[in-house]
Amino acid sequence: MAYNFKQEMEKPERLAGGHRLCAGCGASVAVRGVLRALEPSDRAVVTNATGCLEVSTYLYPYTAYEDSYIHSAFENAAATCGGVEAAYRVLKKKGKIEENFKFITFGGDGGTYDIGLQSLSGAMERGHDMVYVCYDNEAYMNTGIQRSSATPRFADATTTPVGRESYGKTQRKKNLTEIIAAHNVPYAAQTTFLGNFKDLHEKAHKAIYTEGACFLNVLAPCPRGWRYDMAELAELCRLAADTCVWPLYEIEEGTWKLSYEPKKKLPIEEFLKKQGRFKHMFTKGNEWMIEDAQQYVDQQWQRLLDKCK
Amino acid sequence: MAIRDRLSGNEAVAIAMKQINPDVMGAFPITPSTEIPQYFSSYVADGLVDTEFVAVESEHSAMSTCIAAQAAGARAVTATSSCGMALMWELLYVASSYRLPITMALVNRALTGPININNDHSDSMGARDSGWIQIYSETNQEAYDNFLQAMPIGEHKDIRLPVMVCQDGFITSHAVENMDLLEDDKVRDFVGEYQPEHYLLQKDNTLAVGPYGISAYYMEFKKQQAEAMKSAKKVILEVAEAFEQVTGRKYGFFEEFMMEDAEVAVVLIGSSAGTGKAAVDALRQQGKKAGLIKIRVFRPFPMEELAEALSHVKAVAVMDKAESFSAAGGPLFAETRSALYDLPQRPNLINYVYGLGGRDITVTDFEEIYSQLDSIVETRQTGPVYRHIGQREADGAEKDVTYERYQMENNNWRWQSNGL
Repeated sequence: MAYNFKQEMEKPERLAGGHRLCAGCGASVAVRGVLRALEPSDRAVVTNATGCLEVSTYLYPYTAYEDSYIHSAFENAAATCGGVEAAYRVLKKKGKIEENFKFITFGGDGGTYDIGLQSLSGAMERGHDMVYVCYDNEAYMNTGIQRSSATPRFADATTTPVGRESYGKTQRKKNLTEIIAAHNVPYAAQTTFLGNFKDLHEKAHKAIYTEGACFLNVLAPCPRGWRYDMAELAELCRLAADTCVWPLYEIEEGTWKLSYEPKKKLPIEEFLKKQGRFKHMFTKGNEWMIEDAQQYVDQQWQRLLDKCK
Repeated sequence: MAIRDRLSGNEAVAIAMKQINPDVMGAFPITPSTEIPQYFSSYVADGLVDTEFVAVESEHSAMSTCIAAQAAGARAVTATSSCGMALMWELLYVASSYRLPITMALVNRALTGPININNDHSDSMGARDSGWIQIYSETNQEAYDNFLQAMPIGEHKDIRLPVMVCQDGFITSHAVENMDLLEDDKVRDFVGEYQPEHYLLQKDNTLAVGPYGISAYYMEFKKQQAEAMKSAKKVILEVAEAFEQVTGRKYGFFEEFMMEDAEVAVVLIGSSAGTGKAAVDALRQQGKKAGLIKIRVFRPFPMEELAEALSHVKAVAVMDKAESFSAAGGPLFAETRSALYDLPQRPNLINYVYGLGGRDITVTDFEEIYSQLDSIVETRQTGPVYRHIGQREADGAEKDVTYERYQMENNNWRWQSNGL
C-alpha cells in the first residue's frame, strides 16, 4: 500500500504526549514514527534500554506508552525483548493468548553500539521475531554527553573534550548497521526524519512485519549534546542525509539498497556548522579537520555505493 | 506410588523441571550446572515439554530472558553457578524488585579469584541481599523436593518473589543417589498453573514494567519487597506441609539433628551436613551431647526459630562455606549470632570458614570442631571466634589437626612455603 502521510498521521498516537523528553529531541520522534507503522489491530510490547527515553517516558506512576512496556537494564534490551517474544510464542502455542503482538525495542547508541552490543548480537543471531531500533544520538546524552562508539571523530564530548592538546574524539564512529547486517538478519536499515517521514515509516513497517530479527538504525539528533537550535531538528537530519554523513539504505535478505541519493551531495561543513560540538573545527588552523572528515565521508559513501550496485 | 530412581542432583532438578513443564527456560552453560539445561534441552528435543528453550549468549541475557518472560505472563526457569550468577547480579535485584517469581537452580560453586570450579557458597551468599528466597539442599532428594516447592512459594500472591534452589556443585550435582520421584500428574497438581494477575501480554489491560522509581516512590518498592520476604516464612511452611502430605517428606526452615538434649551444636548449610551428622553419631556413641542444625531456608532468615532451637545449647560452631571478608566471620555466622542476641542466656559462639573452593571437610574435622566446643563449655572461653579450618596454615584453634593430617596423608603434595 502506498504511503499516505495524512492517513498515517490520523492514527492515534502510541507514545502519549506529556513525556519528559526535551523539545527538539530526536528520540521521541523516532519512537512515534516507528510505532505509527504498527497496524492498529496489532498490539505491541515495547522494550527499552536504560537511557534518556526510558527515564523520560516511564517515571512511576506515569507511562507514556499505550502498549505494554518493559525496561529492566541498560545492556539487555535485546535479550529482554527476546524473552517477551519467547513467552509469546509458547503462550500462543498453548492457546493462552489470542491477539497478535509485535515486539519492538528502543535503545540509544550507548545501550546499542556499546554496552548492549553483546545482548543485541545474541538476539539477532537467535532470530527472535522482533525489531531493535537504535535511536542514535551519537553520545551518552542522558548522563552528560560522554563519548560513545557512535560519536563521530572531532566531536566535543565531555569525555573527549576539546582542549589545548585535544581536538575532541580521535576515533571514527563504529558502523553498527553493517555489523548487524553481518548477522545475516532478514532486514537491517538506516534512516532518519526526512520530509514526510516516508522513509522512516516504510522501513519501520518492513522491519515490524518481516519475520525474524530486524534492525533499524535511526539518526536521532540531540539538542543538548549536539548543541543546535531545537527548531532545526528536521533540518539537521536533512543535512546529515544530503552530506552523506548518514546515508539512508537498507539490507534486505543480503541485498544492499540505497534509499536516498542526494541530488547534490553537500559539503560536510553544511552539517557540521550548525552544531556546537563541532565549533572548534571552524577555527583558524583547524581546516585539516574538516578536510579529514570530508575525506572519510567520501570514502564511506563510495564504499556504500559499491555495495548497493 | 513414588518412582524409585538413581539420579545425579543435576538430573534430579532437570526432571523436576520436566515434570513442571515451565513456559520458558533461558540458559547459558557453566560448570557444574551445565547438565541441567543439557538434560532439559533433550526433553525439548524429544517433545516431552512445551517449553521455549532460549539458549542465550550469556548469563546476563539468561536472567534478562527470564525476567522478560515472567513479566510477559510465562513461567520462567534458569540454572547457573558461580561466575554465571555473578554476571546476572544486576538483574537478580531487578527480578525481585519487579516481583517476578522466577525459579533458579543454583549449583553452588566458588567465585573466580583464582578460578575454581568446585563447591562453596560464595556465589549464593554474595547474592543473599538481592531479594531472592534462598533454599539449600543437602542431598539430591532435597534438591528435587526443594525445586518442586519453589514455585508454589514464589508465586503465592502474598510473596511474588524469585526463588533460588541451591545444591552443592559436584558433591550433589554430579554424584548419583537413590531417590524417590513423584509421578508427573502429582507434580502438576502440587505445583499448579501459573496465574499472574498482571502481565505484558494481556490483551485488554496493557502493563508497564520497570519504571524509573524516583525518590518519591523507591522506598515504597523496597519496603514492599521486605514485607513480601517476611510473609514468605509462613508460605514456606504451608508449602512444606502440603508437600509432606503428598510425599511424607517433612521440611522446615532447618533440620534439627540430635538437638533435643544437645549441649554443643554445629550450624551449617548444604551437603556437609551429612558429614557432620556422621560425626554427631560417632560422638553420641561416646556419650557426648552433640547436635547439628542444617539451615534449609537462608532467605528469609528464620531468626526467632533458630534462636529457639539453640537456646538450650552451651556452645555453637557456625560453619560458613563462604568467605565474606568482613574480617569478623562468614555470613551465616553473622546472621546466627544476631539471631541469638535476644536470648536471655546466649551460648558461646565460634565461626569456622571451611571447604572453600571444594576443600574437603571430613568427619575428623567435625570431631575436632566438637572437641573445640567441649573445651569452650569447660573453660567458658571461646578463644578466637573467627576461624578457618582445612587450610594449610593453622588458625584459631590451638592446633590444626587438618594441616598435620594433610602432611601425613598427602606427603606427595609437597606443601612448600613458596606455593603449590
